Parts: sequence; C-alpha cells; structure tokens
Amino acid sequence: MAIKVLQPGLATTVQDAGRIGYYHLGIPLSGALDQYSFRAANLLVGNSEDAATLEITMLGPKLEFMHDAAIALTGANLPAKLDGVPIPNNQVVAVKAGSVLSFDFLKDGVRAYLAVAGGIDVPEVLGSRSTYTLGAIGGFCGRKLQAGDVLPVGAFQGPSHVGKKLPDHLKQALPKQVQVRVLPGLYFHWLTQASGKSFFEDTWQVGPEADRIGYRFKHGRPLEFEPRERPFGAGSDPSNIVDAGYPIGSIQVPGGLEPIVLHRDAVSGGGYAMIGTVISADMDVVAQLQPNFQTQFVAVDMAQALSARAKRNQRLADLRQALLN
Amino acid sequence: MSLPPARYSFGGDEHIFVELNHEMSLEAFFKGMSITNAIAQRKIAGVTEICPANASYQVRFDPDLMAPDKLMEILKSIEIELGDGALELNTRIIEIPVFYNDPWTNETQQRFRERHQDPTSTDLEYGARVNGYANVDAFIAAHAASPWFVSMVGFVAGLPFMFQMVERTKQIQVPKYLRPRTDTPKLTIGHGGCFGCIYSVRGAGGYQMFGITPAPIFDPQQSLPYVKDFMVFFRPGDIVKFKPINRSEYDAALTKVQDGSFDLRIREVKFSLQDFVKDPSAYNQQLTETLYGN
Repeated sequence: MAIKVLQPGLATTVQDAGRIGYYHLGIPLSGALDQYSFRAANLLVGNSEDAATLEITMLGPKLEFMHDAAIALTGANLPAKLDGVPIPNNQVVAVKAGSVLSFDFLKDGVRAYLAVAGGIDVPEVLGSRSTYTLGAIGGFCGRKLQAGDVLPVGAFQGPSHVGKKLPDHLKQALPKQVQVRVLPGLYFHWLTQASGKSFFEDTWQVGPEADRIGYRFKHGRPLEFEPRERPFGAGSDPSNIVDAGYPIGSIQVPGGLEPIVLHRDAVSGGGYAMIGTVISADMDVVAQLQPNFQTQFVAVDMAQALSARAKRNQRLADLRQALLN
Repeated sequence: MSLPPARYSFGGDEHIFVELNHEMSLEAFFKGMSITNAIAQRKIAGVTEICPANASYQVRFDPDLMAPDKLMEILKSIEIELGDGALELNTRIIEIPVFYNDPWTNETQQRFRERHQDPTSTDLEYGARVNGYANVDAFIAAHAASPWFVSMVGFVAGLPFMFQMVERTKQIQVPKYLRPRTDTPKLTIGHGGCFGCIYSVRGAGGYQMFGITPAPIFDPQQSLPYVKDFMVFFRPGDIVKFKPINRSEYDAALTKVQDGSFDLRIREVKFSLQDFVKDPSAYNQQLTETLYGN
C-alpha cells in the first residue's frame, strides 16, 4: 500500500491534527493549516478525522498509486485529473492501482487536502505524523515531498465511501476578500493611539511571504510605537520586547512596517511586540489566503471570539453528522 | 528583590500571556519558572502548552474545556500564592565546549558584512569594543568565565536563549544585525541584546556570532548519550558553563560526535536565587566546583 511521488508540487507535506505539548521547546503545533478542510477530507473517505493527509500548496504534485485506493480532495479549488480525466473535488473517488493523479492550475484558495482511505502511514514523531520542516521531524523524512518518494498508506477495512459528496453548504468558503477577526492585546498598548486605529481601518494585502510559519501583510499605513525608554534586554528598535513566547495566530510588526500573522509552524518565540491574536475560528480562513488578496482586520472582544468558535464547532459537528454514516 | 505585579493578557481565545516584567532580570525569570512549574503540577483541565520565557510565560488552552476568565483567575491566584517565597530550582549544570573565533562563523560573517553595524570589524571585535573590553581575548574570557541560565527554549526546535549570571553592569550587550542573515552555521554561539544562544539548526539569524560548539543540541535521531531521553537537549532552567577549546580539540570532539561516543559533562545542582544574589561570584565559584568536582 503506497503512493509514488512522480512530481512533488510546490510544497506538499504530510499533515495531521498537529503535535501538542512541545511548544515550550520550540517545536510548534504544526498540522494542517486549514483544519476544517483537512477533517472534511478524512471524514469523506471514512478515516478517523485526524488521520494524516497530504497538504498540497498552490501547485499540485503528480502521484502514482501503487494499489487500489479511495481518495478525496478538499479545501482549495485545485482541479484534479486521474489518468488525464478530470475528477470532482469534495467527493470520494476510486483509484485503480497504477493510476496517476495530477492537477491543473489552482483556481481559489491555497491549500488542498488529499485524504486516502487508510491514511498516510508515516511513523509518528512526538505523537504526530505532521511535518515540521524547520526541525526536520515528522511527515516523510521531516521534509516536503520530493520526486521518487514512496509514501506508505495504512490498511483500510471500512466500508467503501466511493461517490460520497461533501454537501455544498459544508464546503470551505474561499473568498478573495476577507475579514480576519483579531483580539487586540499582548503589547497592543505599545502602539500609538493613531496606529492602534489605522491597523483596523486599513485594507492589507497578503504579501509573497505567506507560508506555514506566518503570513506577512503589506500596504497598510506604517505602525508607530509610543516612544519609551528601552527595557533592559529588549533591543534597540521600538518594536522590540524582551524575547517572549508567541501565541499561535499572534500578530507582530517588526519595525512597524509589515504585520506578520504566525501560523501553525510558528517560531515559538522572539523579540517582536505582538499587538493581538487572530481568533481560533479564523485561522482556517488565513490558511487559504493567496498573495495579493485583500484583508481587513476586525477587532473583536473575547465574547465575540468565543461565539465565533462555537459557530465553527457547530459547523464541524454538522460535518460529522453529514459524513459519519 | 520585588517585581511589579504581572500583566495578564489574552492571546486570542486559546492563549494567556503573562508579562512578569517588561525588562529582563533573573527575578522575573525565576518567578516564571516557579509559576510555570506550579501550573504543570496542578494539571489544569484544558491546558495543552505551558511555555516559560525570559521574563514572561504563556499557556495555551482549549476554551471549550476551560473558560478563559476562569483560567486567568487560576493563574493570578498561583502568582499570589507563590509570592516572594524561596526561589529554588533543581536543575543541571552543563559544560559546553566552544571553539571561539572559528573559521566557519567568520566566513559567514564576511558573506553578510553589509548587514552589520560595523562592516570593518568581526562580530567578536565589535562585541569587545561596544562592551568596553581591551581586546577579543578579554571579551572571550568574560563570555566563558561566568555561567549562563537557559532562560527560554524556542524560536526553532531546541534553541536555548541564555542569560549570563553576572551583575547587570557586567552583562554583555550587543545589537542584532541590522538585517537578519539568511544563513548561520549549525551550532553557532550567538548573542543579541543581553541574550546568548546556540543555533540548534542551520538557518536564518540576527545575533552576532562568536564561535561554534561541536555538541549537537537537537538530534531527531537521538544518537548521542545525552539526547537518549529526548531529541531536544536543553530545558529552561539549565545552567551552562562555556569552555573555550582550540581547533584540534574541536576536531577531536567532532570525530566522537560522528562515531556516537561524544558526551557532555553534566551535574545535578540545586540553585537558590537568594544565595546567588547575595554574592554572585562566590556562588558561581561554588557552581563551577559542583560541575568539576568528583
């Protein structure tokens, strides 16, 4: 049971629900950036929803299946073909041994999730199969896929789900303009009042540096920090703090110029002031933002953050309800 | 030894961030260690990550299992309970051999010279000058003379941030590179602000580069004796003593790393902040004796 990588695509990695408990040693959460689409793909093919999948970024790989399989592709709108014939996304498709899966150009979103019945069966490292490339652990040899890799696939005993579809209302939305909700805090009070306001007024554009570590945003007004005496040990720039831990989703603004939203492969800490944190419900949305997409950051309070989280939890419950039978 | 009350802030709906002091001090670091140890012992429902840092800490939690306000109350009550009690730590003291002024970090410095404050100096010359040392040798001697606390582990897998255990007036301070480098040799000894570090993997970096150690500190294969328990060697609270070595000692160590026989000198030690603050140099002397005794 295996899949042979003929071409790797731009950045294809093995990802699951993530690696919990080692952030204090600099080993981040990792896992699928768009957890909703990742879980949808697994539920479609009949895997447990946290089984390992392939996260495909922008440019798809070319994969040869060495056994009969059932697959589902969710998340970004990345048109797929099996032996040259288009196959639907968000639906379970049967694959014959020897068939080749390939992809056309990306239409919407950034990250597609390919689940295979049985799951990608790489060894667990620290409780997870997710790839953490900076630390070279997990996934397939701790790195992005390369041509010639042979990915092990787990055995699948469940009933065949071929033909099963994700209902339209449960597909991941892939808008080109988004609002990303942020809970201000951390070192927000270090910003001048004017910059605290302009950050939420301006429309920001996703920069070319947008990866699993973080998303950089451009073209808003530069942010200014209140002039203050530099704390001992912090460094000389007004945006410097005594090196501290970074919450996942936290926003830092080195030099006041380009906000960076940290994602699941985040550097776990450093010396830049964080001005707030993207709420958990919107991290999947950030994961699907293409460079040049327009983003507005919207300030919310904890009650709004928790209500958005409850809504997302409900959507996951609806997903399980629709697919778990 | 008294700190202002900590500042609590939510990092979204899944994190609480606690700034123990806005500036770096051993007192703030110790307060963070004792609070995060207490949090770990409580096994609080919903808490998934407990991350001590230099003068702050953060926890990550699942708000479906623990209401954010409730958790913040618990953390505040732990701070009050611990108060200014005995600040003691059962930890390890570790000798790390360093080949200062080595050819590899020097070569890297030359490649990124246009990103440096003083392109005509090496990082060591620059560090010695801005800290008022007569020459590079005196600067290296000060770097290696007193032990360092591992005050935070992170940035990338297993990278220790270290704070030297000397009075504030003797702290080595250097700015970070004007623009970060895109390359740093693996196991470079770096310094930025008041913090030392060991780069656990090759990659980007902004700290000044003073030398290199042959001792791997992040080893997913766990091939050396001191990483058998876990692939990340350093833990917050470890104490490090650097030992200068020359090229032939470095090469010999590297051969041992390759054949799997390289080991580090490590001793268990109990550290008392109060005793240290009373007489830092005498206490450091005592620590060093623990490292080299028996």
